Amino acid sequence: MEFFVDPNRCIGCQACVQACSECETHKGHSMIHLEYVDRAHSVQTAPVVCMHCDSPTCAEVCPADAIKRTADGVVQTARKPRCIACNNCVLACPFGVPKMETEFKLMMKCDMCYDRTSAGKRPMCATVCPSQALFFGTREQIEQLRPRSNAVNRFVFGDQTITTKVNMMVPKYGRAEYVDVTSAMGEQTIGKNITLNILMDGMYNEEDVQ
Amino acid sequence: MATVPDSSELFSSFGPHLNYTSGLSLETGVEPDALVKTHCCFCGQQCGIQLKVKNNQVIGFEPREDFPFNKGMLCPKGVKRYLQGSHPDRLLSAYTRDPNVPGGFSPLPYDEAINRVAAEIKRIQSTYGNDAFAVLTGASLTTEKAYLMGKFARVALKTANIDYNGRLCMVSAGAGNKKAFGVDRAGNPWSDILGAEVVWISGANIAECAPITTNYVWQARENGAKIIVVDPRITPIARTCDLFLPIKPGRDIALFNGILHLMIENNWIDNEFIARHTTGFNDVAAHVKDWTPKRTAQVTGVSERAIRQAAEWWGEAKTSFLLHARGIEHHSHGVQNVLGAINMVLASGRIGREYCGYATITGQANGQGGREHGQKCDQLPGGRDISNPEHRAFIANIWGVKPEELPGAGVDAYEIFRKVDRGEIKGLLSICFNPKVSLPDNNFIARMLDKLEFYVAIDFFLNETAHHANIVLPGSLQEEDEGTVTQIEGRVIKINKAVESPGAARQDWRIIQDIASGIGRERGFTFNNPGEVFEELRRASKGGIIDYSGITYEKIDRQNGVFWPCPSEDHPGTPRLFEPNSWNPVAKGAGPFYFPDGKARFNVAPYSPPAEDVDEHYPLILTTGRVVSQFLSGTQTRRIGPLVDQYPEPRIEMHPQLAAKLGIEDGDLTLVESRRGNIALKAMVVATIRPDTVFVPYHWAGKRSINQLTISAQDPISKIPEFKVCAVRVTKATGNE
Repeated sequence: MEFFVDPNRCIGCQACVQACSECETHKGHSMIHLEYVDRAHSVQTAPVVCMHCDSPTCAEVCPADAIKRTADGVVQTARKPRCIACNNCVLACPFGVPKMETEFKLMMKCDMCYDRTSAGKRPMCATVCPSQALFFGTREQIEQLRPRSNAVNRFVFGDQTITTKVNMMVPKYGRAEYVDVTSAMGEQTIGKNITLNILMDGMYNEEDVQ
Repeated sequence: MATVPDSSELFSSFGPHLNYTSGLSLETGVEPDALVKTHCCFCGQQCGIQLKVKNNQVIGFEPREDFPFNKGMLCPKGVKRYLQGSHPDRLLSAYTRDPNVPGGFSPLPYDEAINRVAAEIKRIQSTYGNDAFAVLTGASLTTEKAYLMGKFARVALKTANIDYNGRLCMVSAGAGNKKAFGVDRAGNPWSDILGAEVVWISGANIAECAPITTNYVWQARENGAKIIVVDPRITPIARTCDLFLPIKPGRDIALFNGILHLMIENNWIDNEFIARHTTGFNDVAAHVKDWTPKRTAQVTGVSERAIRQAAEWWGEAKTSFLLHARGIEHHSHGVQNVLGAINMVLASGRIGREYCGYATITGQANGQGGREHGQKCDQLPGGRDISNPEHRAFIANIWGVKPEELPGAGVDAYEIFRKVDRGEIKGLLSICFNPKVSLPDNNFIARMLDKLEFYVAIDFFLNETAHHANIVLPGSLQEEDEGTVTQIEGRVIKINKAVESPGAARQDWRIIQDIASGIGRERGFTFNNPGEVFEELRRASKGGIIDYSGITYEKIDRQNGVFWPCPSEDHPGTPRLFEPNSWNPVAKGAGPFYFPDGKARFNVAPYSPPAEDVDEHYPLILTTGRVVSQFLSGTQTRRIGPLVDQYPEPRIEMHPQLAAKLGIEDGDLTLVESRRGNIALKAMVVATIRPDTVFVPYHWAGKRSINQLTISAQDPISKIPEFKVCAVRVTKATGNE
């Protein structure tokens, strides 16, 4: 079973954020980030869970060696006895995942609901997500359910290339057009392009771009 | 007459206070006493959920993955719904109006409260007649309770005046469906969305109001469907649609007529289906002849190119599913809008087959079941008609009364308040309805509540309408009782009890039976549990269009729900209506639709503008709706901390072009005025709404209630109010508002 994030499907409802705070290991604290990309222009939102990097930057920059990765690749919340609440991991994570919980002087982050997933259950967020922007299942299932997208798990940030346990679903056939409400009213469209070159080249099948 | 007590004292006694996770709910490693399989208490989708129970408290939830509709999925309301239990605002005793105490209400022993209610009912009815006492109910009640309320009004109170808050919800769809199909239910299970080539969504903010349905629509898209969304706003479901038609509010029929015009012109119609299974096509075809693409574009505010594209996709599809919701229904011509949509479906011939469907998206928990068994002013159980002598005789027999003893049709929920104004109604009992927040032009409603001689409210929290009550009776939360509801697809499901009611609070049906007993009419109101009510309801629905007679609690449990009609115990239920060779009690085999000839009806749906169009004084269209984190009048969700934090107060959405013209920037305080009231709201400047329209969600009370501004114009057939269009002006606030 793998985790797949499909921001194209996110409806910004925050069911994941609300459900995350119900998890046994961090009750009352949500580890998910959910933001509008640019609410003035679009209702597009993006959910961010921990991507569970193969070589986690958060762990690499931790001066106290407090951040551990399980044998099955889940990067965990900092170990309480070791964490010195220095914020290095918060600043260094390329996905902006770790949260400093000042109340506990402890870095906390998504651990893919380790208490649930290790017991054969799906993570809370992916179970409740109404649009299944957060999906937990097998690769065969996702390929069958999402024929229009590819699962990507390699990302480039400057000189750093990162591979992750969690997959990002990326449209096969070109980028989504930005649509202003006035465009179908026969009035002038206010166009706007957002380009973030953080995804690996070749994620689009260029010949399929419509 | 009872005026509302001082608001700050009232607030400190009764809220709304915000409840957050605390105590047992926050502890880790708590082994629950039980995980109760049931359904969410909020919208019409009725997602399966498991409530985690410890020490007679609901302390959290676990996803319920075995219920086929949602398979564990929940929206934020469902996730945090458990916080309505063990709430500091919970009514734990009966209360009486008491001007001498802070907060304005004193606790009263339950039996004494019942006696006072009974005495006032008797006084008002003996002084002014039986119809002077009215009952307002709601579609979040279980079907058992809804059935009991209808019986209570007709048999115990003998009043004609009972109506319910479904009047603000699904009545336009219901009336339209009955005119066209002869029956009022979603035509198809949601699984039929998955294989549709085109999914047409008109006036439905699916992602926020029926979030789980999003996954069905987007899975259809993954399977190759084209999604067409018609809405004045780019809602989250519209963001990734294939074609977006930004319609001007109040012009939906024009669009449907224009699409049908193009379908006929291009022969994108199913002539064989029309000939075999429908009547009235020629009149409709003649009517839509004038709806050329050019005229349609002029009226709807949608470009001609987009209209032609939509017609082509809809016209050429082999399979399709049309969904609509309050966006086309909350209009003074809501029924016509629905008929226009159905005409498009019937002309395509794509109904009653796999992946060929049509449905309204019902709003409330029991929006479907709550409108079927007699709490509507003109209806008796089984979808029967209170004006039909045969129907009256059948139900009178079940209820053990003479047909002539049953009152006739009453009036709709809004008209009940107009009758208060005219002095015809003097007393009111309400349950599961908060009209001071949810009805349009609600300053009028507040005045009418004050005009009543006696008002008793049954609720679990003191909602804003109950502020005007003389007596408040402490009712039950959804998780404190059992019973059935019928969800969005027409599937009858079972709500299971998780905890006992706290304090003197008790199950609503017990309270109603206690009142019946108090007025000396306990005969027929001595049920010992909801199961006994359901058994009577089965018999009362038998042979009716809405036939539950073959449904049992055991069968619901075994099958994970039963779709009505289910006319016998060996019948599995009917997930899809109108299948080619299906039998129904009206057509008796003549055809799949619920008319004696078995044929569906085309209905001419003439366009008319909204009751209040814009002018130079009020130049903008106000439209209203919901946000994902709140539910209806907010009695429950405005008390749940994490949901309030998600969207704390209403804001007014406007397009940057409009904002620039008005000199308003994002976050500015604005003054919004209609002919009926005004409100100060922060601006949310977004390019996702038509520049001639502003949007405000309606969940809040008092000075934050947008229904102070909305218009009480109603559809002449369904009596639904026109929440979706009225004229306003917006200015930047000076700070003195």
